[in-house]
Amino acid sequence: MQVLIVIVVPLLLSALAGPAAAETIYVSNEQDNTVAVIDGATMTLSATIDVGRRPRGLALSADKKILFVAEGDGNRIDVVDLAKRQIVGQLPTGADPEFFVVHPDGKRLFVANENDNLVSVVDIAAAQVIGTVDVGVEPEGMAVSPDGRYVACTSETSSMVHLIDAGSLELVDNLLVDTRPRAAAFSPDGKRLWVSSEIRGTVTVFDTLTRAQTGKVQFEVQGIRREGVQAVGIEMSRNGGTAYVALGPANRVAEVDTGTLAVRRLYLVGQRPWHVALSDDQKHLISANGNSGDISFIDLENDEVLKSLPVGRGPWGVVVGP
Amino acid sequence: MKRRHALRALNGIFHRELLRTLRQRGRLVSAMVRPLVWLAIFAAGFRSVLGLSTTPPYQTYVLYEVYVVPGLAAMMLLFHAMASSLAMVYDREMGSMRLLLTAPLPRWYLLGARLLASVVVGLPLVYLFLVVARYWDVRPPMLGYLAVLPALVLSGLMLGAFGLLVSSLSTQMENFAGVMNFVIFPMFFASTALYPLWRLAEAGPVLATVAMLNPFSHAVELIRFALYLRFTPISFLVVLACLLVFFLAAVVGYDPGRGLWSRRGDQ
Repeated sequence: MQVLIVIVVPLLLSALAGPAAAETIYVSNEQDNTVAVIDGATMTLSATIDVGRRPRGLALSADKKILFVAEGDGNRIDVVDLAKRQIVGQLPTGADPEFFVVHPDGKRLFVANENDNLVSVVDIAAAQVIGTVDVGVEPEGMAVSPDGRYVACTSETSSMVHLIDAGSLELVDNLLVDTRPRAAAFSPDGKRLWVSSEIRGTVTVFDTLTRAQTGKVQFEVQGIRREGVQAVGIEMSRNGGTAYVALGPANRVAEVDTGTLAVRRLYLVGQRPWHVALSDDQKHLISANGNSGDISFIDLENDEVLKSLPVGRGPWGVVVGP
Repeated sequence: MKRRHALRALNGIFHRELLRTLRQRGRLVSAMVRPLVWLAIFAAGFRSVLGLSTTPPYQTYVLYEVYVVPGLAAMMLLFHAMASSLAMVYDREMGSMRLLLTAPLPRWYLLGARLLASVVVGLPLVYLFLVVARYWDVRPPMLGYLAVLPALVLSGLMLGAFGLLVSSLSTQMENFAGVMNFVIFPMFFASTALYPLWRLAEAGPVLATVAMLNPFSHAVELIRFALYLRFTPISFLVVLACLLVFFLAAVVGYDPGRGLWSRRGDQ
């Protein structure tokens, strides 16, 4: 009986504490050339899908049945059928695609070509590049406004964020940000644009209408020197009230109040988190930890890290699908 | 052995143990301050700001403060057990132990009651420490505080039995300073209380082996796992086996008829 209790009680508790919704988490393993498939309910690794060389950026198609994976060294995007869990096609992208976004129209991808200082626009159905936009040196982070009007691209070496008109593919504006901008994210209402700076360890917030800087988020982790705190991936909550920022070598993910721009709390995760993603019910956050080869599950209702799960070498991007 | 008689003896022993512990204010305070000093100063100085690698029962990276708390709870039990066996030596020198052992009850029963009383009296402080540790963000699941109770009692009994054995071997109170040096410190430092086994293995395979064989490590791990609602059968069995061995040896040791006690009496 006692043995039974000892076995059953923890199981029951972990079941209660774990993500309830049936979700699947996809993580790109940069050094393994795989995408790890994780069952969100049990927080276990259920499969790995072989993809092309140096996969980093990930995104789901509009119907969430297809996963696009940018092959940094393969110079293309793999199209992965999530039901079959295998590559069913490829899209051209231009050289060294690192990160990309799916336009809300569901028909186009906007891809940052790191070595060519370009943003390539890819037609998914036709599987061809239908346009390019010249941007700054080493473009990396990509974001698209919720109304689909603007695409933002950060360039690491120019320390700029470029605003591109998604219709005319014209460069609309270039905004100076802190050194080595990594990621960009629009607020759900489209009024704010957040850009993270890796070297300065800050996030700069812009008004998308006036393009003026409206604030800056500073991060501080007690006991870690300032250079060790680097801001990388950003994820916004659906209601726009909270932003989550991965702090790289500080091994932390910060929860930021978007109104006051104050850091509410820091979560200790694995080593060097690159990107973070929210579960569909917004109750869990998953970080892909590049150096420790694992992902961390954060329970946002109880403000605690539940589990870190090894997924492969060099986890980089993370998305949550059905 | 009549039940009523046995219960009355048990009650008397509990009462005496409780009174004695409550009257030693200094000991109570130092029992509380000791783990807090470790937690607030030692753990803070130990660089773990980037998190310790995932070690069971933890499912993710933890700060050093989180890691060290179960070890410090076990340390409280260890010190309590040793202080209690020091009191035993004192009792023996003062003659009250002789008096107790002349009661018409089996020796194992009297020593067992004394052991249990000492452990139970020491538990509230351990719980107080676990509650205070929440201030350092050491927050195990609420049910963990309940699950850890049997682990604390069993570990406390095992360490207490070890204390009984030590006190049955030491001839006089002065020897007890040696117990500190040769028992408490090695037991505490060469265990998984302060460092995870992988860290000890990095320092040297010998140290890791010693820690693995150290019953105190198993007491620490039993407490650590229980606090996070997990069960470790190996540590459970090791602690249980050590409890039985130490207790039996202590019972034999305290037997004036044939144990070490009589041998000492001859000298």
